[in-house]
Parts: sequence; C-alpha cells; structure tokens
Amino acid sequence: MNDQPRWLSVFNDLSNASFVDVLRREQPHLFAEIRLRPEDVAQVPHGTTVLSVSYREGVIMAGDRQATAGYQVASRRIEKIFKADDYSGVGIAGAAGPAVEMAKLFQTELEHYEKVEGDSLSLEGKANKLGQMIRMNLPLAMQGLAVVPIFAGFDAKAGVGRLFKYDVTGGKYEEANFEAQGSGSKDARDSLKKLWKKDMTRDEALRVVIEALVDASDEDVGTGGPDFVRNIFPTVRTIDRDGFGDVPEAEVRRVCEVVIAERTKTGNGA
Amino acid sequence: MPLPYYVSPEQMMKDKAEYARKGIARGRSIVTLEYGEGILLLAENPSSLLHKISEVYDRIAFAGVGKYNEFENLRIAGIRHADVKGYSYSRGDVTARALANAYSQALGNIFTQDIKPFEVEVLVAEVADGNHGSKNEIYHILYDGTIEDEKNYAAMGGQADEIRRHLKEHYKEGLSLGDAVKLAVQALNVTQNKTLTARDLEVGVLDRTKTRRRFRRLAGDVLTQLMGTAS
Repeated sequence: MNDQPRWLSVFNDLSNASFVDVLRREQPHLFAEIRLRPEDVAQVPHGTTVLSVSYREGVIMAGDRQATAGYQVASRRIEKIFKADDYSGVGIAGAAGPAVEMAKLFQTELEHYEKVEGDSLSLEGKANKLGQMIRMNLPLAMQGLAVVPIFAGFDAKAGVGRLFKYDVTGGKYEEANFEAQGSGSKDARDSLKKLWKKDMTRDEALRVVIEALVDASDEDVGTGGPDFVRNIFPTVRTIDRDGFGDVPEAEVRRVCEVVIAERTKTGNGA
Repeated sequence: MPLPYYVSPEQMMKDKAEYARKGIARGRSIVTLEYGEGILLLAENPSSLLHKISEVYDRIAFAGVGKYNEFENLRIAGIRHADVKGYSYSRGDVTARALANAYSQALGNIFTQDIKPFEVEVLVAEVADGNHGSKNEIYHILYDGTIEDEKNYAAMGGQADEIRRHLKEHYKEGLSLGDAVKLAVQALNVTQNKTLTARDLEVGVLDRTKTRRRFRRLAGDVLTQLMGTAS
C-alpha cells in the first residue's frame, strides 16, 4: 500500500466523496467493535413497524411511534421515518440506537456527496450505499442488534417512485408495490396485500398505510397504535416529483379516526 | 549534494508573496454582498461545471479565486471539516469562524513551509440564522494565511481593488436580491471592456428565509431576470 506513487494516493483521497470513509479515517473510535452480553441485548429498545407503499405520484412511507424493549414500552414518540435527502427517505426497524445512528450517517453521506461532487447520487447509488452501511453493522447484528431499514425515493431519471428492502447482511431487494419491515411487518404486509391497488391517489394511499399500521398494532404487541389519549399518531411522509413532504399530523389523525370509527361500527378487527 | 545558496528569510517571503499575488491577479474576480435577506456570492466564471462558489454547510458558503486545483482542495477539506463536526456534535455547532481559522492555519503553513505557496484567496460566508443578535459573517483569507473579517461587501481576485472602490461608493444596506445582483455585476463590469451576461457568471446565495440548507444557485432565466428587472 505504502509504495504506491504519491499522486495515486492523492487520487484515491480527493476523488473520494464518501463521508463514511472520511469518518473512518478521522474518527476510527466511532467504528470500534462493541461486545454486548445477551442479557443486555434484551434491554435495548427496538423500533417496530415501518412500511412503504407506491402510489400514482410516488411513494408514501409510514411508521408507528413506539420503541419496545423486551416487554416494556421504551418510547412512545420515537420517529422512524427520516428524510435522507430531497428525494428519498429511510424507515428504520430493528435496534433503535444503531438504526437512528445509521439514518443520521446516511443523511450526512448523501449530503456530503452532493456538496463535494456538485450533483446528487442516483437513487440506485443511494440504495446500494445504504446496503453497504447495513453490512458494516453486521458485527452488531450477529449479537442480536440487527438494523433493517427500508429505503424509498423518487427516481428523477425514470420519473417513478421506487422502494427497496434489505436483509441483515445488507442484501438489497427492490419491491414494486409495497414493503414493510419490523416486528409488525408480517401483519402490515398481509393488510397491504389486500388493500393495495395500482395507481392509488395520495389520499387512498394514506388510508391504506394507516389501515396497515392499525392492523400491525392490533396483532403485534411491540407496535403502537394511534394514541388519542396522548395525541400520538403514526409518522407519514410522501416522496414525489416535488420531493420529500410531510403529511400533517392533523390529517393523519383524521384518517386514524375514520379507520377506528369504521372498525367500531362494523365490529371488524375486534 | 551541493549546499543551496543562502537566501535571507525576508527575501524568501517577499518572493513567495509576489509569486502568489501574480498568480491570483491573473484570475477573474468574485464579489460578495450582504443583502436584505442573506448573502450574495457572484463570480465571473465562463464554466458552468467547474465551480468557484460552493455550499459548505447549512448556513455557510465557500468561494475561491486563483488556481482551481488548489482552492478545490481547500473546498473539499472545508466540507469534510464541516460535516465531521456537524455529525459528531450538532448542526448548530458548525461555524464559519472555525472554518475560516482552519483555512488560515492551512494556508499559513503552506506559505511558510512549502516551496510553492498556494495561489489562492478564499472566502467563507455565514448567513445569520434569524435569531436575535445573530449577524452575517464574511471572512476573507489570503494566500499567506492572513485573515480578515469583512462587513457588507468583499471582493477578491485580479481586480479586487477597483471592485472594492466601486462597492464603497454604491453599496447600501438592506438591498433587495435583484439590486444586489445588479450592483455586483456593475462592480465586475467596471473592470472589463465587455458587458457580462448571465452565461459569464456563477451566482450563489445564502438565503436566510429558507430552512436548513440555505445555499442555492441562481442561473439561467432566474438570473437573467434578476440582472434585468432590478430597479
């Protein structure tokens, strides 16, 4: 390594727009290996259900607000959907600490690339980079602290919304219609499978994701449902041609009310 | 190996400074102005791909004149500095002052220790965040590490003195963006025998009214309109 010509090391260093590489070199202690006892792992908060659904204009992402540690509620207000950049978002599931950190590192990575290169990464490039970051977490995943996010964004070149899921080793799989991740994901997926339609409007898609999250919170003890007592509702974000946008909490609350009211009336899901 | 001839340190510094100044004087100029809602950076740059002005962080922008490869290195180093700091502490802890100091140290070291000094001047601008007492900051760092903080306006590059003279006479506080662009273009025009159009310019603003990342580029129709319709 050291006998390479000097100009080559300059080439490798300065044409590298990766923030993760910069951090690894400048603050290696952040990448030190952590060893946890199995009994401690059970005490670590886990994020539960996040999902992403494609609709006519792009993709919608949503997540419940609960973090669960063993049989305890660790947090009722955690946010699991993060803006990655103007045209993409990450939904985190798995060990909450490393997952939130990964989302923050991923945001910085994309922004850093954009500033250094003067242009943003392709959606495919962003998805691959996230896969590599999940693989970096493999030593922790082997100890029970897996992080498995979902990634969704608007592909400006193709003019469509796209979504990706991952496995613990960083394997990346593109999904066409919908995807859910986390402890309640199976129930959410079952629900989405029945409700998802081609070319849904934004409002229809919003209704579908809330139905799926309510189903997940019904069946999975770790997933939190709409909380009318504390005023806590799922996080919902949309990504379309105009970029990453919020769905206002008041609107999410209204849809939650409608869903719950209908289920109460028909006795469905009781 | 033969012994090198003795050169007095004084002479050596003088030669280096002259060398750096000559290099910078060959380059085109950059103007920076504070306007009502932020800071404007405007450079004469016929290339739309090789930038002289860049975003560094949420409220911080960078501009460089002189040798492209040298200020490009400094630009990337600055972005790394800012991103590492913002990631390890918080976004609010990244300041133009710390970045300008780092540039000053780096350029000072290069000037005294390397055979060839950098032929660059760089500028670091930070727009006020709108909180009470927060002010715009503009730092101008020279090839030898000399650092100055500038108020209202700054100019660097080949004809910086002429530009500064023009700005001193015509600058007013609280300009609109259109007026600021017009004034900056006028100031650059003073130094040329042709009239600059939008295609000869690279323009960036730190816009206080935006949230989070305040930097944006102005080009094409938007820029032409600002250059033309300002009153």
